[in-house]
Amino acid sequence: MNLVAQKDSSTPTAKSQEDHQQKYYLTPAVDITGSEEGFQLRAELPGVDKEGLEITVDKGVLTIVGHRKFPTPSGEALHREIRTHDFRRVYELDPAINAEKIQARIDQGILTLTLPKTEAAKPLKIAIE
Amino acid sequence: MNIVRYQRYPSLVSALDRFTTIGEEMDRAFQSSFSTFFRPLSVSPRNPVLDVYQDKDQFTIIAELPGLKKEEIQISFDNGVLTISGERKQETSTENNRQTEFNRFQRSVTLPAAVSADKATATYENGLLQVVLPKAEEAKPKQILLN
Repeated sequence: MNLVAQKDSSTPTAKSQEDHQQKYYLTPAVDITGSEEGFQLRAELPGVDKEGLEITVDKGVLTIVGHRKFPTPSGEALHREIRTHDFRRVYELDPAINAEKIQARIDQGILTLTLPKTEAAKPLKIAIE
Repeated sequence: MNIVRYQRYPSLVSALDRFTTIGEEMDRAFQSSFSTFFRPLSVSPRNPVLDVYQDKDQFTIIAELPGLKKEEIQISFDNGVLTISGERKQETSTENNRQTEFNRFQRSVTLPAAVSADKATATYENGLLQVVLPKAEEAKPKQILLN
């Protein structure tokens, strides 16, 4: 991937390293699509609702954290496959992205982030007189 | 490492067992969970993962199914087997990175006791499907009173 690079999660700032050292996170599956207008990121976050979502941009680093809510059925577990840890994924933003215009939406556990490019970064079409 | 007697035509099951063994060895080597990739039961890693719970009155099944519409999920019960299936509509767009892509999915669970399937309820919220199947009267634990 050349435009939006996955930032190595072991090299965030000292503070966030402290915050996340104790906790184990799952890495959600993510699709990223790009066009002249910008990027779209789609992440699978089952069990995360609007309130459980934490998206931050700090010094060009986009961090997505999803706190999960699970139904707690009574009784004993006969079979367990679902891992209930929270989700976290970190990306370094391309300088062409206008961080202030990032939009987020979550529906049935799918997060859609729209990351538009700045006007200056968009390709310019020059009309011929 | 297990020493396995050489077999000229190993059966499919034993071949899958060997994969499982490899997975367990890799688990030990990397202290992580490689065996999930080799688990012969889950045919595709893209099939939804699920949990099954039971208490004295009912079974509860929770499945991870992010990003579907209610009408895209089918739940059926036949002969003691609960099946969750459906089809995800594919999005078409120009892409330079794609990790999540699956169309048809299906999972089945055999329940260990009789249930009243007509009283089953299901909810779908935040990408999690929850199916509650009440146990049949004859499958519920009975207390025998002393006279």
